[in-house]
Amino acid sequence: MEKNSFYLGIDVGSVSTNLVITNEKDEVVEKLYLRTGGQPINALRKGMQILADKFNKNIKISGVGTTGSGRQLASVITGADVVKNEITTHAVAAQRLVTGVKTILEIGGQDSKIILLKKGVVYDFAMNTVCAAGTGSFLDRQAARLEISIEDFGTYALKSKSSVRIAGRCAVFAESDMIHKQQTGHSVEDIINGLCEALVRNYLNNLAKGKDIQEPIVFQGGVAANIGIVSAFKKALGKDIIIPKYYDVMGAYGAALIAKDKIEKQNNITKFYGFNAAKNDYKAKSMECGDCSNLCEIIEITSNDEVLARWGDRCGKWSDTKSNKESAG
Amino acid sequence: MKITFPHMGNTYIVAKSLLDDFEVDYVIPPFNSKKALEIGTKYAPEMSCLPLKINLGNYIEAFEEGADTVLITGGCGPCRFGYYCEMSREILNDNGFNMDILTLELPNGNLKEFMKRIRKLTGGFNIPKVIKVVKDTLHVSKKVDSLEKLTFKARPREVKKGSVDRVYKDFQKDILNVKGSKQILKSIENTKNKIMRLEIDKDYEPLKVGIVGEIYTTIDFFTNLNIDSKLGGMGVEVDRAITVSGWITEHILKAIIPYRKDISYKEASKPYLGAMIGGHAQETIGNSVLYANMGYDGIIQIYPLTCMPEIVAESILPSVERDHDIPVLTLILDEMTGEAGYITRIEAFIDLLKKRKERREIGEELILSGN
Repeated sequence: MEKNSFYLGIDVGSVSTNLVITNEKDEVVEKLYLRTGGQPINALRKGMQILADKFNKNIKISGVGTTGSGRQLASVITGADVVKNEITTHAVAAQRLVTGVKTILEIGGQDSKIILLKKGVVYDFAMNTVCAAGTGSFLDRQAARLEISIEDFGTYALKSKSSVRIAGRCAVFAESDMIHKQQTGHSVEDIINGLCEALVRNYLNNLAKGKDIQEPIVFQGGVAANIGIVSAFKKALGKDIIIPKYYDVMGAYGAALIAKDKIEKQNNITKFYGFNAAKNDYKAKSMECGDCSNLCEIIEITSNDEVLARWGDRCGKWSDTKSNKESAG
Repeated sequence: MKITFPHMGNTYIVAKSLLDDFEVDYVIPPFNSKKALEIGTKYAPEMSCLPLKINLGNYIEAFEEGADTVLITGGCGPCRFGYYCEMSREILNDNGFNMDILTLELPNGNLKEFMKRIRKLTGGFNIPKVIKVVKDTLHVSKKVDSLEKLTFKARPREVKKGSVDRVYKDFQKDILNVKGSKQILKSIENTKNKIMRLEIDKDYEPLKVGIVGEIYTTIDFFTNLNIDSKLGGMGVEVDRAITVSGWITEHILKAIIPYRKDISYKEASKPYLGAMIGGHAQETIGNSVLYANMGYDGIIQIYPLTCMPEIVAESILPSVERDHDIPVLTLILDEMTGEAGYITRIEAFIDLLKKRKERREIGEELILSGN
């Protein structure tokens, strides 16, 4: 292994696309937090462009890991060494930053998870299944409706003097309940605090039901920046909550760590195409294969008329022509 | 009369064998697909469970191909399945699909009514023939299931990824052109030999996962998004205690012929759930315990959204998980199921099982890693 190796971690999520560059000591030297905006390819290209402008000549990437719902796509465009699901990457990242972590609470843009670890191994996890009421995009929307910036949301909550109970089960009910509470004259601070408590209550009832939440507890994901939610968690659990320093990019950070581990263990050379790969033109096309009644939606990624990858088929007919099978290993 | 029947995994092979041998005119609906599900979702009540929706789609697609009678099994079922017969009949007729529904079961133990239905199906009543056909059908169902079990074992060990599925999927398609139990059995045997000849890694020791849950979603590969094949592709060996042949034997034949039922799962579930509460809840609990005792690495429970018996089972499973130290993942399916989230959960679960196994093998010391 040569000195000054850097690793790139990419997390393409539904709401944000995060990129991190880590060094030998597993420190983040650069992190980007971009809005995916429904266009993962564009977000990824933009991120790669920013990194290219800043680092292109001065840095050598020795390994790349991708994660998030767009992990396969990101892998095709960048030439990733590992493609990992977001549960594993989040767990790996939290363990690196907080030794002996036993519980990970994660709230992102559109999903939330809880991960429980025993002796450094994930032994249980859950992801939200019911609805997005407990996630970042809902808070975003409510902040916009109350005309306060999402960054100040938590500060408002902490100023609350008396608590207001908001129905947190469903985003639609929560919103109408909030409007009702506003109209009956409750202060904005109290309502925001009530909302934070409702969200936490919903999360704990939904995801953490029947689970043994043990310390140390780590809270990560974009919503961890919200001090109102953090304090609501502390209050509900009666336990201390740790916010790791890279809380908002933990998925990408974990992906970079896993890439590093793999490259070092197997003494491999990275498959990374280089930052300039993002300059190419990428097109994602979806089509419905009509050859059988499954009507699979095939996703095809092309660059300059060359097919890079296809996936989405059940029979393997399309993906076989360009093998990009995601391995679990 | 032109018969059709609902799809559930490989059941069509068994039904085909039965109807071929009885020389009944029938239509096999097009395989379960998004189209069938869309049609079913359109006509079924929103809160009904996924199997009803997809089966309605089957009937309507078969109706378009000329079918006028639906043959289904089990009507007095202990869950909503018990109403499927009447529900489907009403829904089909309300929407102008003129179809009759024939339920093969013992209506409240009324053997006479059952015989009447058999007669309607076979257009006569030749007892030796009925016995022979039923025997052959059962034989076919057992062979189909053992072929499936072979794929469970072969997939994780295959050297060339996807080779087992290629043979197996061809079989599932080509069997439509084969007629009668004899030919079907021959085709199964051929497929078995083909799979046995594939190159496999004999030394590979796969993770083992037991699949439990509601019968339809665990058996039907379209509905569960090919979980057998997905896990197999990840190098995991699966097993499923609930099978088509097992179901036919336990629920139909043994209801007619007094014969000792398989109760091992009932005994295993006793400390957690001592009574039959409907659906396959007791099987889910019992089989989970049995899998744990057999040294499986993990359990995946699958059920359609709103399935009451499985909701009860799900709330009991954490105790099994704790007592037997075996991780359980629950997957809930409905027509809105997004494949990406589903795969993420399965992948993370397999990562978890791998780490646990590694740790057990090398002792307590383990560096953190997701690879």
